[in-house]
Amino acid sequence: MDTIVGIEIYPIISLSIFFLFFVLLLVWVFSYSKETINELGDIPLKEDN
Amino acid sequence: MEMQQFYYDNKIVKKFLYACIIFGVVGMLVGLILAIMFLFPNLTDGISFLSFGRLRPLHTNAVIFAFVGNAIFAGVYYSMQRLLKTRMYSDLLSNINFWGWQLIIVAAAITLPLGYSTSKEYAELEWPIDIAIALIWMVFGINMIMTILKRRERHIYVAIWFYIATFVTVAILHIFNSLELPVSGLKSYSVYAGVQDALVQWWYGHNAVAFFLTTPFLGLMYYFVPKVANRPVYSYRLSIIHFWSLIFIYIWAGPHHLLYTALPDWAQNLGVVFSVMLIAPSWGGMINGLLTLRGVWDKVRTDAVLKFFVVAITGYGMATFEGPMLSLKNVNAIAHFTDWIIAHVHVGALAWNGFMTFGMIYWLIPRMTKTKLYSEKLANFHFWIGTLGIILYALPLYVAGFTQASMWKQFNPDGTLVYGNFLETVTQIMPMYWMRAIGGTLYVAGLLVLVYNVIKTVAAGSKVEDELAEAPALAVISSKRMKGEKWHSWLERRPIQFTVLSLVAILIGGIIQIIPTIVVKSNIPTIASVKPYTPMELEGRDLYIREGCVGCHSQMIRPFRSEVERYGEYSKGGEYVYDHPFLWGSKRTGPDLHRVGAKYNDNWHFNHMWDPQSTSPGSIMPGYKWMYDNKPMDYSLIEKKMEVMVTLGVPYTEEDIKNARKSIDEQGALIEKNLHADPDFVKSYEESKKNAATRGEEFVPMKDREITALIAYLQRLGTDIKVKETVQNK
Repeated sequence: MDTIVGIEIYPIISLSIFFLFFVLLLVWVFSYSKETINELGDIPLKEDN
Repeated sequence: MEMQQFYYDNKIVKKFLYACIIFGVVGMLVGLILAIMFLFPNLTDGISFLSFGRLRPLHTNAVIFAFVGNAIFAGVYYSMQRLLKTRMYSDLLSNINFWGWQLIIVAAAITLPLGYSTSKEYAELEWPIDIAIALIWMVFGINMIMTILKRRERHIYVAIWFYIATFVTVAILHIFNSLELPVSGLKSYSVYAGVQDALVQWWYGHNAVAFFLTTPFLGLMYYFVPKVANRPVYSYRLSIIHFWSLIFIYIWAGPHHLLYTALPDWAQNLGVVFSVMLIAPSWGGMINGLLTLRGVWDKVRTDAVLKFFVVAITGYGMATFEGPMLSLKNVNAIAHFTDWIIAHVHVGALAWNGFMTFGMIYWLIPRMTKTKLYSEKLANFHFWIGTLGIILYALPLYVAGFTQASMWKQFNPDGTLVYGNFLETVTQIMPMYWMRAIGGTLYVAGLLVLVYNVIKTVAAGSKVEDELAEAPALAVISSKRMKGEKWHSWLERRPIQFTVLSLVAILIGGIIQIIPTIVVKSNIPTIASVKPYTPMELEGRDLYIREGCVGCHSQMIRPFRSEVERYGEYSKGGEYVYDHPFLWGSKRTGPDLHRVGAKYNDNWHFNHMWDPQSTSPGSIMPGYKWMYDNKPMDYSLIEKKMEVMVTLGVPYTEEDIKNARKSIDEQGALIEKNLHADPDFVKSYEESKKNAATRGEEFVPMKDREITALIAYLQRLGTDIKVKETVQNK
């Protein structure tokens, strides 16, 4: 690669990946049931020491 | 379900805790010595291995890798076993991790004061120790991942994701930043040069902050704060979002260390944008940590551990707001190279890392020795004196930073600098340096109180034993039950895939920023008049690196009117193409040196390096008298050095290498001749010849001594480009 002309395609691709990833992440996070979420948060408190 | 009995390994946690405390004292005491050297620069006059430039990296490495590093291992080994309901995978690996790490620290403590340094911040350790670090880190990682695979708790709690990300990212950062070609057993050159080296260094450096000083501690926060408060984390959903956004965004922030430098604009702007975005995940973590305490704030009143955690998390929030603010170019233009940055670092380090560690220690030691803390009162006292110490450290340095930055930039109406002499800006901030030393003393005093408290607690308690626990083995879940399960819980049961995904997340930022900077030639415009260093200048440069000059002097003139007026033409990327490693520096305790070449004559440098106050009254720079010793400089490696440089792309010819000694001799003789211009020099030079004869010592001419090589290097700096003066016709 000798010049930077046309380089913008790479950050655009990565921004798209980034955006898609976080949209999917948010969708998933909010689809978790309250009961399961509370269970996960309680893990450090479960053990007996 | 059949219960399996096993023992949590407490002994390894104890070992790491003790090492953490001991090296915390050592590392912070070195820091205190440095603070005092600002006030008494000649404190260790003549003792090379105790000079500021050599001790500074000892302080940074000790507090980061020895104090924080051991704290990380202690907390990770303790929490991981209990969160996964299993003992560590291998006691042997645990102990190799422990002893290997301490040996690395000892190697650092020996090599750094002796001047064996790469000069790259937080990566100063030379190549054999770098290899050791990589190996021990791998041992840690294998131990950790195998433990996860052996677990009896199906879900991998959020703290452990942070530990996985830490392991994976630190490995990548360390390996890529430490790529260097050895010249000898304890000397190497970075494979990167100039602008590229700067970018890789600060990709590493900022992510050392992110993935060594932050993510493991966030993991510890997610375990210890709920444990101590006996409340679940505020929002587990938030912790998932927090984790992924933090590890993805953090990597890109590195260029905020290089704003207004010769780094290409597009890279600088990426650094700015991502640093500002980083506020969101960082504060997500802070919110999660603090709000875990909702409903139990009254416990903070009585519990010293929670007090430490609250200030730690608050300090984290402060530093992660200040950081993005400092990443804005207009703010950075003021802060870069000043004590504001030092203040920022220490708020994060003393509050977030220090206090989180102290809280953890005060909670773990009594539990592991099955007794109460010797004195809750002393722990509270530590809290208050430590907090006061942080304030008295940071606030004066903020003022020092603003003061010095403003003084550097002030112009008279006629276009000249108000404070043309750099020293005037140093003298003004001496009172702030005094206050900072007091602040640091208070903080260290608090730590010593902790040491006393811990010793008394351990003395009164029982010997640390491994803890018996029982839990059923993981049952195989029928695939029917797994139908319709969410993606992340699928991922949480698969630590290897989880690790790989985290790896991908952190690689993206680095690849996008670093590869174009290396591969695209137009990012660093070539300057035809820039030539490689002569052999003597190359050796002089290595002396500059040995003495740690980069700790107080920058070599990067920013494109500001005030800097051009003070230092000369602003620095261009193409000027650094042969700089393996780069020496742009991060702090101006002294002036920028990029265009110091031919600014002062050889005599000035000769006198200044011997006794800085003689040429510059009020200077806080120490002298380098050992460079004038009556012994010849060791040039035995010059051919090897030049050959390594050729491998790295520096265009020395074979003739250049063959002629190296001759060239050194000629250049040295010229400098020695120049020095004779000063009659005082001539007088004392002749006297020293006589003294050597009386003592029966062979006299080494000045041209063969170390100081001459250093002068040669300094006189070369910035002289490759000549700016044509254009006369304005009115």
